[in-house]
Amino acid sequence: MSEFEPKIVAFFCNWCTFTAADLAGTSRLTYPPNIKIIRVMCSGMVDPKYVIKAFLNGADGVLIGGCWPGDCHYINGNLKARRRVALLTELLSQYGIGPERLWLRWIAASEGTMLKEVAEQMTASIKKLGPSELNNPQAMVA
Amino acid sequence: MAKFSKLAFNKGELNNQLSAFFADLLEKNAVDALLAPMAQPKKGVMQTLVTSKQNVAGADPFAPVVPVNGARLASSLTSNPSGKKIGMVLRSCEVRALVELVKLKQANLDDVVLIGLDCYGRYENTDFLKLRAAGATTEDFLENAQAGKTEADGCDVAGACKICEFPTTDNVDIRLCIFGAGPGTLLIEAVTEKGEEALQTAGRKFGDSPTGRAEAVKKITDARVAAKNAAFAEYRNSTNTFDALNERLAACINCYNCRVACPVCYCKECVFVTDTFRHKGEQYIGWASGKALKMPADTTFYHMTRITHIAAFCVGCGQCTSACPNDIDLMPIFRTSAEKAQGRFEYLAGRSLDEPQPLSIFDHDELVEVTGQVK
Repeated sequence: MSEFEPKIVAFFCNWCTFTAADLAGTSRLTYPPNIKIIRVMCSGMVDPKYVIKAFLNGADGVLIGGCWPGDCHYINGNLKARRRVALLTELLSQYGIGPERLWLRWIAASEGTMLKEVAEQMTASIKKLGPSELNNPQAMVA
Repeated sequence: MAKFSKLAFNKGELNNQLSAFFADLLEKNAVDALLAPMAQPKKGVMQTLVTSKQNVAGADPFAPVVPVNGARLASSLTSNPSGKKIGMVLRSCEVRALVELVKLKQANLDDVVLIGLDCYGRYENTDFLKLRAAGATTEDFLENAQAGKTEADGCDVAGACKICEFPTTDNVDIRLCIFGAGPGTLLIEAVTEKGEEALQTAGRKFGDSPTGRAEAVKKITDARVAAKNAAFAEYRNSTNTFDALNERLAACINCYNCRVACPVCYCKECVFVTDTFRHKGEQYIGWASGKALKMPADTTFYHMTRITHIAAFCVGCGQCTSACPNDIDLMPIFRTSAEKAQGRFEYLAGRSLDEPQPLSIFDHDELVEVTGQVK
Protein backbone atom coordinates (compact mmCIF):
# COMPACT_ATOMS: atom_id res chain seq x y z
CA MET A 1 0.00 0.00 0.00
CA SER A 2 1.29 3.44 -0.89
CA GLU A 3 2.06 5.97 1.79
CA PHE A 4 -0.74 8.30 2.89
CA GLU A 5 -0.35 11.65 1.16
CA PRO A 6 -2.30 14.32 3.03
CA LYS A 7 -4.30 16.95 1.19
CA ILE A 8 -3.60 20.33 2.73
CA VAL A 9 -5.53 23.35 1.55
CA ALA A 10 -3.49 26.52 2.02
CA PHE A 11 -4.92 30.04 2.01
CA PHE A 12 -1.98 32.40 1.50
CA CYS A 13 -2.20 36.15 1.70
CA ASN A 14 -1.17 37.96 -1.46
CA TRP A 15 1.31 40.29 0.18
CA CYS A 16 3.36 38.10 2.50
CA THR A 17 2.91 34.37 2.43
CA PHE A 18 2.07 34.01 -1.24
CA THR A 19 5.04 36.19 -2.06
CA ALA A 20 7.13 33.95 0.16
CA ALA A 21 5.91 30.96 -1.85
CA ASP A 22 6.94 32.82 -4.99
CA LEU A 23 10.33 33.50 -3.46
CA ALA A 24 10.69 29.84 -2.52
CA GLY A 25 10.00 29.00 -6.16
CA THR A 26 12.44 31.50 -7.64
CA SER A 27 15.02 30.38 -5.07
CA ARG A 28 14.51 26.83 -6.37
CA LEU A 29 13.47 25.59 -2.95
CA THR A 30 11.11 22.63 -3.08
CA TYR A 31 8.23 22.03 -0.72
CA PRO A 32 5.80 19.10 -0.59
CA PRO A 33 3.12 19.10 -3.29
CA ASN A 34 0.58 18.19 -0.61
CA ILE A 35 0.11 21.92 -0.02
CA LYS A 36 -2.53 23.21 -2.46
CA ILE A 37 -2.30 26.96 -2.46
CA ILE A 38 -5.26 29.30 -2.82
CA ARG A 39 -4.15 32.91 -3.15
CA VAL A 40 -6.30 35.36 -1.19
CA MET A 41 -5.82 39.08 -0.78
CA CYS A 42 -5.49 38.86 3.01
CA SER A 43 -5.61 36.19 5.71
CA GLY A 44 -8.39 38.36 7.15
CA MET A 45 -10.63 37.46 4.22
CA VAL A 46 -10.50 33.74 4.94
CA ASP A 47 -14.11 33.26 5.95
CA PRO A 48 -14.61 30.41 8.45
CA LYS A 49 -16.85 28.90 5.77
CA TYR A 50 -13.82 28.37 3.50
CA VAL A 51 -12.11 26.37 6.22
CA ILE A 52 -15.20 24.33 7.06
CA LYS A 53 -15.88 23.63 3.38
CA ALA A 54 -12.31 22.45 2.89
CA PHE A 55 -12.57 20.01 5.79
CA LEU A 56 -16.05 18.81 4.84
CA ASN A 57 -14.76 18.07 1.35
CA GLY A 58 -11.99 15.91 2.72
CA ALA A 59 -9.00 18.15 3.36
CA ASP A 60 -6.67 16.57 5.93
CA GLY A 61 -5.38 19.97 6.95
CA VAL A 62 -5.87 23.66 6.35
CA LEU A 63 -2.99 26.11 6.50
CA ILE A 64 -3.63 29.83 6.61
CA GLY A 65 -0.62 32.03 5.93
CA GLY A 66 -0.57 35.73 6.74
CA CYS A 67 1.75 38.63 7.46
CA TRP A 68 3.34 39.03 10.87
CA PRO A 69 1.31 41.18 13.30
CA GLY A 70 2.04 44.79 12.49
CA ASP A 71 2.93 44.04 8.86
CA CYS A 72 -0.57 43.46 7.42
CA HIS A 73 -1.08 45.30 4.14
CA TYR A 74 -4.58 46.09 5.41
CA ILE A 75 -3.30 47.03 8.88
CA ASN A 76 -5.08 44.35 10.93
CA GLY A 77 -6.64 41.64 8.74
CA ASN A 78 -4.22 39.10 10.17
CA LEU A 79 -5.32 39.88 13.73
CA LYS A 80 -8.93 39.19 12.75
CA ALA A 81 -7.81 35.96 11.12
CA ARG A 82 -6.17 34.93 14.40
CA ARG A 83 -9.41 35.44 16.34
CA ARG A 84 -11.31 33.41 13.73
CA VAL A 85 -8.82 30.58 13.84
CA ALA A 86 -9.03 30.53 17.64
CA LEU A 87 -12.81 30.31 17.32
CA LEU A 88 -12.67 27.61 14.64
CA THR A 89 -10.30 25.38 16.57
CA GLU A 90 -12.61 25.59 19.60
CA LEU A 91 -15.59 24.58 17.49
CA LEU A 92 -14.08 21.98 15.16
CA SER A 93 -12.11 20.11 17.82
CA GLN A 94 -15.35 18.69 19.26
CA TYR A 95 -15.73 16.81 15.98
CA GLY A 96 -12.14 15.61 15.71
CA ILE A 97 -10.55 18.50 13.81
CA GLY A 98 -8.24 20.14 16.28
CA PRO A 99 -5.47 22.72 16.12
CA GLU A 100 -3.16 20.01 14.78
CA ARG A 101 -5.08 20.12 11.49
CA LEU A 102 -5.82 23.84 11.28
CA TRP A 103 -2.68 25.97 11.27
CA LEU A 104 -2.25 29.71 11.11
CA ARG A 105 1.32 30.84 10.46
CA TRP A 106 2.93 34.22 9.93
CA ILE A 107 5.29 34.03 6.96
CA ALA A 108 6.72 37.29 5.63
CA ALA A 109 7.45 37.94 1.95
CA SER A 110 11.15 37.45 2.56
CA GLU A 111 10.72 34.15 4.41
CA GLY A 112 10.78 31.68 1.51
CA THR A 113 12.81 29.27 3.59
CA MET A 114 10.30 29.42 6.41
CA LEU A 115 7.53 28.67 3.94
CA LYS A 116 9.35 25.54 2.86
CA GLU A 117 9.88 24.53 6.50
CA VAL A 118 6.27 25.10 7.53
CA ALA A 119 5.02 23.17 4.48
CA GLU A 120 7.32 20.28 5.34
CA GLN A 121 6.45 20.31 9.03
CA MET A 122 2.73 20.38 8.43
CA THR A 123 2.86 17.63 5.81
CA ALA A 124 4.95 15.42 8.07
CA SER A 125 2.79 16.09 11.10
CA ILE A 126 -0.44 15.27 9.28
CA LYS A 127 1.09 12.19 7.70
CA LYS A 128 1.71 11.02 11.23
CA LEU A 129 -1.84 11.88 12.32
CA GLY A 130 -3.37 9.99 9.43
CA PRO A 131 -6.26 10.97 7.19
CA SER A 132 -9.12 13.11 8.43
CA GLU A 133 -12.33 11.25 9.16
CA LEU A 134 -13.88 13.27 6.35
CA ASN A 135 -11.26 12.22 3.79
CA ASN A 136 -13.14 9.25 2.44
CA PRO A 137 -13.48 9.04 -1.34
CA GLN A 138 -16.61 6.93 -1.13
CA ALA A 139 -18.37 8.87 1.61
CA MET A 140 -21.75 10.42 1.15
CA VAL A 141 -21.40 14.17 0.76
CA ALA A 142 -23.61 15.81 3.35
CA MET B 1 -30.13 49.17 46.17
CA ALA B 2 -32.93 47.14 44.83
CA LYS B 3 -36.35 47.98 46.18
CA PHE B 4 -39.27 45.60 46.40
CA SER B 5 -42.98 46.21 46.10
CA LYS B 6 -45.32 43.45 47.18
CA LEU B 7 -48.20 42.33 45.01
CA ALA B 8 -50.53 39.98 46.88
CA PHE B 9 -53.07 37.86 45.07
CA ASN B 10 -55.83 35.42 45.95
CA LYS B 11 -56.01 32.09 44.20
CA GLY B 12 -56.99 32.59 40.57
CA GLU B 13 -56.26 36.31 40.74
CA LEU B 14 -52.57 36.51 39.73
CA ASN B 15 -53.22 37.58 36.15
CA ASN B 16 -55.88 40.09 37.21
CA GLN B 17 -53.44 41.66 39.65
CA LEU B 18 -50.70 41.78 37.03
CA SER B 19 -53.13 43.26 34.49
CA ALA B 20 -54.00 45.96 37.04
CA PHE B 21 -50.30 46.65 37.56
CA PHE B 22 -49.70 46.93 33.81
CA ALA B 23 -52.80 49.14 33.49
CA ASP B 24 -51.28 51.47 36.11
CA LEU B 25 -48.01 51.64 34.19
CA LEU B 26 -49.91 52.71 31.06
CA GLU B 27 -52.51 54.94 32.66
CA LYS B 28 -50.00 56.93 34.69
CA ASN B 29 -47.67 57.19 31.71
CA ALA B 30 -44.82 55.27 33.27
CA VAL B 31 -44.70 53.73 29.78
CA ASP B 32 -46.45 54.67 26.53
CA ALA B 33 -46.78 51.11 25.31
CA LEU B 34 -46.39 47.63 26.71
CA LEU B 35 -45.22 44.42 25.10
CA ALA B 36 -46.25 41.47 27.24
CA PRO B 37 -47.46 37.88 26.85
CA MET B 38 -51.24 37.99 26.63
CA ALA B 39 -53.99 35.47 26.03
CA GLN B 40 -55.16 35.61 22.42
CA PRO B 41 -58.86 35.82 21.54
CA LYS B 42 -59.09 32.25 20.25
CA LYS B 43 -56.29 30.34 21.92
CA GLY B 44 -52.70 30.57 22.95
CA VAL B 45 -50.56 33.19 24.61
CA MET B 46 -48.39 35.47 22.49
CA GLN B 47 -46.40 38.62 23.04
CA THR B 48 -48.85 41.48 22.46
CA LEU B 49 -48.25 45.20 22.04
CA VAL B 50 -50.80 47.51 23.66
CA THR B 51 -50.95 51.26 24.21
CA SER B 52 -53.96 51.66 26.49
CA LYS B 53 -55.04 50.14 29.78
CA GLN B 54 -58.25 48.80 28.22
CA ASN B 55 -56.23 46.20 26.35
CA VAL B 56 -54.16 44.62 29.10
CA ALA B 57 -56.89 42.39 30.54
CA GLY B 58 -55.46 39.28 28.90
CA ALA B 59 -51.99 39.67 30.42
CA ASP B 60 -50.51 36.30 31.31
CA PRO B 61 -46.77 36.92 31.57
CA PHE B 62 -45.93 33.77 33.50
CA ALA B 63 -47.74 31.46 31.05
CA PRO B 64 -45.15 28.74 30.45
CA VAL B 65 -44.70 29.30 26.74
CA VAL B 66 -42.41 31.41 24.54
CA PRO B 67 -43.73 31.04 20.98
CA VAL B 68 -40.88 33.15 19.64
CA ASN B 69 -37.88 34.61 21.40
CA GLY B 70 -38.96 38.15 22.27
CA ALA B 71 -35.55 39.61 21.50
CA ARG B 72 -36.52 39.51 17.82
CA LEU B 73 -39.73 41.40 18.59
CA ALA B 74 -37.83 43.96 20.64
CA SER B 75 -35.52 44.39 17.66
CA SER B 76 -38.50 45.03 15.34
CA LEU B 77 -39.88 47.61 17.76
CA THR B 78 -36.67 49.49 18.45
CA SER B 79 -34.25 49.24 15.53
CA ASN B 80 -36.31 52.01 13.92
CA PRO B 81 -37.32 53.71 17.16
CA SER B 82 -40.88 54.98 17.68
CA GLY B 83 -39.89 57.65 20.17
CA LYS B 84 -42.35 56.10 22.60
CA LYS B 85 -41.36 54.55 25.91
CA ILE B 86 -42.10 50.85 25.70
CA GLY B 87 -42.28 48.46 28.62
CA MET B 88 -41.25 44.94 27.58
CA VAL B 89 -42.00 41.87 29.66
CA LEU B 90 -39.35 39.29 28.80
CA ARG B 91 -37.68 36.22 30.21
CA SER B 92 -34.01 35.65 30.86
CA CYS B 93 -33.26 34.02 27.48
CA GLU B 94 -35.06 36.82 25.69
CA VAL B 95 -33.26 39.61 27.54
CA ARG B 96 -29.87 37.93 27.11
CA ALA B 97 -30.44 37.60 23.37
CA LEU B 98 -31.63 41.20 23.29
CA VAL B 99 -28.39 42.36 24.93
CA GLU B 100 -26.49 40.71 22.07
CA LEU B 101 -28.76 42.34 19.47
CA VAL B 102 -28.20 45.74 21.07
CA LYS B 103 -24.46 45.23 20.74
CA LEU B 104 -24.98 44.23 17.11
CA LYS B 105 -26.91 47.48 16.69
CA GLN B 106 -30.06 45.59 15.77
CA ALA B 107 -31.98 46.84 18.81
CA ASN B 108 -31.94 49.87 21.04
CA LEU B 109 -32.86 50.12 24.71
CA ASP B 110 -32.94 53.92 25.02
CA ASP B 111 -36.72 54.16 25.28
CA VAL B 112 -37.32 50.74 26.76
CA VAL B 113 -38.24 49.76 30.30
CA LEU B 114 -37.27 46.11 30.54
CA ILE B 115 -39.42 44.03 32.85
CA GLY B 116 -37.86 40.63 33.54
CA LEU B 117 -39.53 37.48 34.80
CA ASP B 118 -38.46 34.64 37.03
CA CYS B 119 -38.70 31.57 34.86
CA TYR B 120 -39.45 27.92 35.63
CA GLY B 121 -39.24 27.10 31.93
CA ARG B 122 -41.57 26.95 28.98
CA TYR B 123 -43.45 24.15 27.26
CA GLU B 124 -43.19 23.51 23.56
CA ASN B 125 -45.89 25.50 21.78
CA THR B 126 -48.07 22.54 20.86
CA ASP B 127 -47.76 21.05 24.36
CA PHE B 128 -48.77 24.36 25.89
CA LEU B 129 -51.88 24.59 23.72
CA LYS B 130 -52.78 21.00 24.61
CA LEU B 131 -52.37 21.66 28.33
CA ARG B 132 -54.41 24.86 28.11
CA ALA B 133 -57.18 23.05 26.24
CA ALA B 134 -57.26 20.58 29.13
CA GLY B 135 -57.77 23.45 31.57
CA ALA B 136 -54.25 24.01 32.96
CA THR B 137 -53.63 27.51 34.27
CA THR B 138 -50.51 29.56 34.83
CA GLU B 139 -51.02 29.48 38.59
CA ASP B 140 -51.24 25.67 38.55
CA PHE B 141 -47.95 25.57 36.69
CA LEU B 142 -46.22 27.97 39.09
CA GLU B 143 -47.53 26.10 42.12
CA ASN B 144 -46.34 22.73 40.81
CA ALA B 145 -43.03 24.14 39.59
CA GLN B 146 -42.41 25.68 43.01
CA ALA B 147 -42.78 22.17 44.40
CA GLY B 148 -40.28 20.96 41.80
CA LYS B 149 -42.73 19.42 39.34
CA THR B 150 -42.95 20.81 35.82
CA GLU B 151 -44.20 17.64 34.14
CA ALA B 152 -47.93 17.57 33.43
CA ASP B 153 -50.05 15.22 31.30
CA GLY B 154 -46.98 13.65 29.70
CA CYS B 155 -45.54 17.05 28.75
CA ASP B 156 -42.55 18.70 30.34
CA VAL B 157 -40.77 22.00 29.90
CA ALA B 158 -38.27 22.29 27.02
CA GLY B 159 -34.90 20.57 27.31
CA ALA B 160 -33.22 23.96 27.03
CA CYS B 161 -35.11 25.19 30.11
CA LYS B 162 -34.14 22.20 32.23
CA ILE B 163 -30.46 23.05 31.75
CA CYS B 164 -30.79 26.84 31.81
CA GLU B 165 -28.61 28.26 34.55
CA PHE B 166 -30.24 31.70 34.34
CA PRO B 167 -33.69 31.31 35.94
CA THR B 168 -33.78 34.97 36.94
CA THR B 169 -33.44 37.86 34.54
CA ASP B 170 -30.59 40.33 34.78
CA ASN B 171 -29.94 43.56 32.87
CA VAL B 172 -33.55 44.66 33.38
CA ASP B 173 -35.13 47.71 35.01
CA ILE B 174 -37.91 45.89 36.82
CA ARG B 175 -38.13 42.27 37.86
CA LEU B 176 -41.29 40.28 38.58
CA CYS B 177 -40.10 37.84 41.23
CA ILE B 178 -41.78 34.61 42.20
CA PHE B 179 -38.78 32.67 43.50
CA GLY B 180 -38.84 32.76 47.28
CA ALA B 181 -41.78 35.18 47.35
CA GLY B 182 -44.07 32.84 49.25
CA PRO B 183 -47.59 31.67 48.36
CA GLY B 184 -50.02 34.27 47.11
CA THR B 185 -47.24 36.80 46.70
CA LEU B 186 -45.33 38.30 43.82
CA LEU B 187 -42.59 40.84 44.32
CA ILE B 188 -42.01 43.69 41.93
CA GLU B 189 -38.37 44.65 42.17
CA ALA B 190 -36.99 47.98 41.03
CA VAL B 191 -33.57 47.01 39.74
CA THR B 192 -32.42 50.27 38.17
CA GLU B 193 -33.26 53.93 38.72
CA LYS B 194 -35.25 53.87 35.50
CA GLY B 195 -37.27 50.99 36.93
CA GLU B 196 -37.77 52.68 40.29
CA GLU B 197 -38.99 55.82 38.59
CA ALA B 198 -41.47 53.85 36.49
CA LEU B 199 -42.79 52.03 39.54
CA GLN B 200 -43.13 55.24 41.53
CA THR B 201 -44.96 56.88 38.65
CA ALA B 202 -47.31 53.89 38.58
CA GLY B 203 -48.00 54.43 42.27
CA ARG B 204 -46.21 51.37 43.69
CA LYS B 205 -45.14 51.51 47.34
CA PHE B 206 -41.87 49.89 48.33
CA GLY B 207 -41.61 47.59 51.33
CA ASP B 208 -39.28 45.04 52.90
CA SER B 209 -36.79 43.02 50.92
CA PRO B 210 -37.66 39.33 50.75
CA THR B 211 -35.68 36.99 52.97
CA GLY B 212 -35.81 33.65 51.20
CA ARG B 213 -35.18 34.78 47.63
CA ALA B 214 -31.42 34.33 47.36
CA GLU B 215 -31.66 30.76 48.66
CA ALA B 216 -34.57 29.89 46.40
CA VAL B 217 -32.70 31.21 43.36
CA LYS B 218 -29.54 29.36 44.33
CA LYS B 219 -31.39 26.09 44.73
CA ILE B 220 -32.94 26.31 41.27
CA THR B 221 -29.70 27.49 39.68
CA ASP B 222 -27.63 24.72 41.25
CA ALA B 223 -30.02 22.05 40.02
CA ARG B 224 -29.99 23.50 36.52
CA VAL B 225 -26.19 23.77 36.42
CA ALA B 226 -25.88 20.12 37.46
CA ALA B 227 -28.34 19.13 34.73
CA LYS B 228 -26.47 21.26 32.22
CA ASN B 229 -23.11 19.71 33.03
CA ALA B 230 -24.56 16.22 32.70
CA ALA B 231 -26.24 17.06 29.38
CA PHE B 232 -23.08 18.66 27.98
CA ALA B 233 -20.97 15.66 29.00
CA GLU B 234 -23.46 13.31 27.38
CA TYR B 235 -23.44 15.33 24.16
CA ARG B 236 -19.68 15.69 24.02
CA ASN B 237 -19.08 11.99 24.61
CA SER B 238 -21.70 10.81 22.15
CA THR B 239 -21.11 13.34 19.38
CA ASN B 240 -17.37 13.70 18.92
CA THR B 241 -17.01 12.93 15.22
CA PHE B 242 -18.55 14.37 12.07
CA ASP B 243 -20.12 10.97 11.53
CA ALA B 244 -21.94 11.26 14.84
CA LEU B 245 -22.90 14.87 14.12
CA ASN B 246 -24.33 13.85 10.75
CA GLU B 247 -26.32 11.13 12.46
CA ARG B 248 -27.85 13.75 14.76
CA LEU B 249 -28.65 15.94 11.78
CA ALA B 250 -29.89 13.06 9.63
CA ALA B 251 -33.51 14.22 9.54
CA CYS B 252 -32.58 17.77 8.47
CA ILE B 253 -34.40 18.94 5.33
CA ASN B 254 -32.61 22.32 5.02
CA CYS B 255 -35.79 24.24 5.88
CA TYR B 256 -33.69 26.73 7.88
CA ASN B 257 -36.41 27.08 10.52
CA CYS B 258 -33.74 26.88 13.23
CA ARG B 259 -32.05 29.91 11.74
CA VAL B 260 -35.32 31.85 11.54
CA ALA B 261 -36.19 31.00 15.13
CA CYS B 262 -32.72 31.85 16.44
CA PRO B 263 -32.76 35.26 18.11
CA VAL B 264 -29.05 35.87 17.57
CA CYS B 265 -28.63 34.63 13.98
CA TYR B 266 -27.78 38.15 12.99
CA CYS B 267 -27.21 38.24 9.21
CA LYS B 268 -29.78 40.37 7.42
CA GLU B 269 -29.61 37.97 4.50
CA CYS B 270 -28.48 34.42 5.10
CA VAL B 271 -25.71 33.36 2.73
CA PHE B 272 -27.41 29.98 2.30
CA VAL B 273 -30.28 31.58 0.39
CA THR B 274 -28.04 33.70 -1.84
CA ASP B 275 -26.52 32.90 -5.22
CA THR B 276 -23.45 31.57 -3.44
CA PHE B 277 -25.41 28.41 -2.74
CA ARG B 278 -27.53 28.38 -5.91
CA HIS B 279 -25.14 25.97 -7.58
CA LYS B 280 -25.10 25.09 -11.24
CA GLY B 281 -26.30 21.68 -12.31
CA GLU B 282 -22.83 20.70 -13.46
CA GLN B 283 -21.50 21.56 -10.00
CA TYR B 284 -23.85 19.03 -8.39
CA ILE B 285 -22.94 16.43 -10.99
CA GLY B 286 -19.29 17.11 -10.25
CA TRP B 287 -19.76 16.59 -6.52
CA ALA B 288 -21.61 13.38 -7.19
CA SER B 289 -18.93 11.93 -9.44
CA GLY B 290 -17.60 8.86 -7.70
CA LYS B 291 -19.53 9.77 -4.57
CA ALA B 292 -23.09 9.85 -3.36
CA LEU B 293 -24.43 13.37 -2.94
CA LYS B 294 -27.25 13.68 -0.44
CA MET B 295 -29.81 16.24 -1.55
CA PRO B 296 -30.66 18.82 -0.47
CA ALA B 297 -26.91 19.32 -0.18
CA ASP B 298 -24.80 21.46 2.17
CA THR B 299 -26.67 20.37 5.31
CA THR B 300 -23.68 19.89 7.61
CA PHE B 301 -22.04 22.91 6.01
CA TYR B 302 -25.09 25.00 6.91
CA HIS B 303 -25.14 23.90 10.53
CA MET B 304 -21.38 24.31 10.95
CA THR B 305 -21.59 27.81 9.49
CA ARG B 306 -24.37 28.67 11.89
CA ILE B 307 -22.23 27.38 14.73
CA THR B 308 -19.35 29.68 13.77
CA HIS B 309 -21.71 32.63 13.40
CA ILE B 310 -23.60 32.33 16.65
CA ALA B 311 -21.29 30.43 19.02
CA ALA B 312 -20.20 33.71 20.56
CA PHE B 313 -23.79 34.87 21.02
CA CYS B 314 -25.90 31.77 21.74
CA VAL B 315 -27.88 32.22 24.95
CA GLY B 316 -29.30 28.69 25.03
CA CYS B 317 -32.98 29.57 24.57
CA GLY B 318 -33.63 26.34 22.67
CA GLN B 319 -35.86 27.91 20.02
CA CYS B 320 -33.83 26.05 17.36
CA THR B 321 -34.91 22.71 18.77
CA SER B 322 -38.49 23.93 19.15
CA ALA B 323 -38.61 25.15 15.55
CA CYS B 324 -37.34 21.93 13.98
CA PRO B 325 -40.18 20.18 12.12
CA ASN B 326 -38.26 16.90 12.27
CA ASP B 327 -37.52 16.89 15.99
CA ILE B 328 -33.76 17.34 15.73
CA ASP B 329 -32.48 18.41 19.12
CA LEU B 330 -30.21 21.21 17.91
CA MET B 331 -29.88 23.02 21.21
CA PRO B 332 -27.02 20.88 22.64
CA ILE B 333 -25.01 21.34 19.43
CA PHE B 334 -25.16 25.10 19.75
CA ARG B 335 -24.95 25.36 23.53
CA THR B 336 -21.85 23.16 23.81
CA SER B 337 -20.18 25.11 20.99
CA ALA B 338 -21.18 28.35 22.65
CA GLU B 339 -19.65 27.32 25.95
CA LYS B 340 -16.33 26.57 24.29
CA ALA B 341 -16.27 29.65 22.08
CA GLN B 342 -17.36 32.04 24.81
CA GLY B 343 -14.96 30.39 27.26
CA ARG B 344 -12.03 30.91 24.89
CA PHE B 345 -12.72 34.65 24.73
CA GLU B 346 -13.79 34.99 28.39
CA TYR B 347 -17.14 36.19 27.18
CA LEU B 348 -20.66 35.30 28.22
CA ALA B 349 -23.50 36.11 25.86
CA GLY B 350 -26.07 38.38 27.46
CA ARG B 351 -24.02 39.13 30.56
CA SER B 352 -23.32 42.78 29.97
CA LEU B 353 -23.91 45.56 27.50
CA ASP B 354 -20.38 46.81 28.12
CA GLU B 355 -18.41 43.72 27.08
CA PRO B 356 -17.42 43.92 23.40
CA GLN B 357 -18.37 40.90 21.30
CA PRO B 358 -15.37 38.62 20.76
CA LEU B 359 -15.22 38.78 16.98
CA SER B 360 -15.62 42.57 16.94
CA ILE B 361 -12.29 43.24 18.64
CA PHE B 362 -8.69 42.08 18.29
CA ASP B 363 -5.34 42.94 19.71
CA HIS B 364 -1.78 42.86 18.45
CA ASP B 365 -0.42 40.97 21.44
CA GLU B 366 -3.14 38.42 22.13
CA LEU B 367 -3.69 34.72 21.31
CA VAL B 368 -0.01 34.11 20.63
CA GLU B 369 -0.65 30.38 21.14
CA VAL B 370 -2.64 30.20 17.88
CA THR B 371 0.48 30.46 15.73
CA GLY B 372 3.02 29.71 18.47
CA GLN B 373 5.39 32.11 16.68
CA VAL B 374 7.24 34.91 18.41
CA LYS B 375 9.41 37.29 16.46
